[in-house]
Amino acid sequence: MSEIITTKDLCLWYGDNQALKNINLAIPEKSITALIGPSGCGKSTFIKTLNRMNDLIPSVKITGEVNYKGRNIFSKDTDVNELRRDIGMVFQKPNPFPMSIYDNVAYGPRTHGITSRVKLNEIVEQALKDAAIWDEVSDRLKKNALSLSGGQQQRLCIARALAVKPEVLLMDEPTSALDPISTSRIEELILQLKEKYTIIIVTHNMQQAVRISDNTAFFLLGDLVEFGKTEKIFSQPKDKRTEDYITGRFG
Amino acid sequence: MSKKRKFYIFLMRSIMIVTTAFTAILVLFLLAYVFIEGIPNITWELLSTKPSYLEERIGILPDILNTVYIVIATLIFLLPLGVGAAIYLTEYARNQRVVTTIEYAAETLSGIPSIIYGLVGMLVFSNNFGTSLLAGALTLVIMNLPTIMRTTQESLKTVPQSYREGAFGLGAGKWRVIRTVVIPGCLDGVITGCILSIGRILGESAALLFTAGFAHALNNFFTGLRSPGATLTVALYVYAKEEGEFEVAFAIAAILMMLTLLINLSATLVGKYFAKRKNI
Ligand SMILES: Nc1ncnc2c1ncn2[C@@H]1O[C@H](COP(=O)(O)OP(=O)(O)OP(=O)(O)O)[C@@H](O)[C@H]1O
Ligand SMILES: [Mg+2]
Repeated sequence: MSEIITTKDLCLWYGDNQALKNINLAIPEKSITALIGPSGCGKSTFIKTLNRMNDLIPSVKITGEVNYKGRNIFSKDTDVNELRRDIGMVFQKPNPFPMSIYDNVAYGPRTHGITSRVKLNEIVEQALKDAAIWDEVSDRLKKNALSLSGGQQQRLCIARALAVKPEVLLMDEPTSALDPISTSRIEELILQLKEKYTIIIVTHNMQQAVRISDNTAFFLLGDLVEFGKTEKIFSQPKDKRTEDYITGRFG
Repeated sequence: MSKKRKFYIFLMRSIMIVTTAFTAILVLFLLAYVFIEGIPNITWELLSTKPSYLEERIGILPDILNTVYIVIATLIFLLPLGVGAAIYLTEYARNQRVVTTIEYAAETLSGIPSIIYGLVGMLVFSNNFGTSLLAGALTLVIMNLPTIMRTTQESLKTVPQSYREGAFGLGAGKWRVIRTVVIPGCLDGVITGCILSIGRILGESAALLFTAGFAHALNNFFTGLRSPGATLTVALYVYAKEEGEFEVAFAIAAILMMLTLLINLSATLVGKYFAKRKNI
């Protein structure tokens, strides 16, 4: 399996406050990577750096490299909009746009220039099926997306992200705002998506990391403490701090 | 409770009731007076003709049209300027000092008496475009710019950051995010700003006396813009003060009063409509 994203000495500051310290990480293609660590350790910051969502925050300074398919995403000739099409994102709180279900899913493809009605219908249906929500919404695509339940909204957001045909999907605690049933549906879904996509998921839920991920990265105070096969990390961690964290001694 | 205290409470309550009643009666009296004096004088002939000395007739059709023209002309300039400025300030401007300075300037601008706008408008616009509805409209644009900027900005701030993030995360460029996610979310502010501005335009006299003049000629939109003309409010002033035509003045007053009520009503309805849409 080859590596789709690698970071080299990645550092990030919010003003004077350093949130990421020399992160070196290689993420294998078509696998699920879980990011774990106590609150404030920089998981969200890291994941948002991968598709340059941190560009939206004026105070952010970044050094080091993030290579996506061998090319540095901070180089001048990177088109941010194309990068974000290739590396999609699902947020902690479901954030569908206040438009119809159909328009939500079609938003991305339309952004990237698809106008044909037939083509859009096809993409929307496929994305909704891939996100395992088609059966629930197929008869009300014109309804406002905000009328869906929280779990449905999150699957809609996943569909919306899939509709632009990304290679990588970044998910920042996608189930933390959801009930257990919705959570397990989304976990199943993530496992299915692994066939076609590379998934990087932030989670506070250790069981979730064990259940779904192939590799796990443990962050602490902006450092990447340990990275490796999930079963390894959880059965025989190399670092004392990892062990303390996964056994619940702090965090 | 002591007697003194009881009496004190009774006294305060009475004072409140009396002042409230006084205010209510004053408003009702004003409304009733204007409507009673005005409505009987609103005739079809008044509404549908222009004044003619030969036929000894007064008609306010030109003034109605002028009012419509000036509202349209003002909004044509006001909307893009005000909404554009608000979007720039909240979505693009990075320098917080500049933003606060502009906001403060706008705040101050909205407190200046309108006659001063009229004076400046006369020197700047009327000297260039002649005393005309256009000069009046441009003056009104400056007067109302702070209002529409404010209301738009306020509602821009209520558009959740998560919408913007969602759109950027799909690879949308800045302008697409603004056009598809931000602007629809601030429509209520824009509409509220428009309604408030229309209300102010209808009520404005001082600034327009200087800049748009008080002619009652019947024109189409484009000729109208280039010619002097009185709006309803200015016409009211002219008929009451210069010509002593109090019946006409009261008829106009009644019309303006009804329009004002209508505008307040629509502002409330728009507010309710969007409030409902936002929490589906
Ligand atoms: N927009 C911001 N401006 C300034 N500092 C920030 C910003 N976002 C995060 N930080 C800081 O960066 C550090 C890492 O935050 P981050 O959100 O990445 O943590 P996290 O691991 O995702 O935490 P959580 O598990 O609570 O989501 C924290 O110290 C936080 O205060
Ligand atoms: Mg986080």
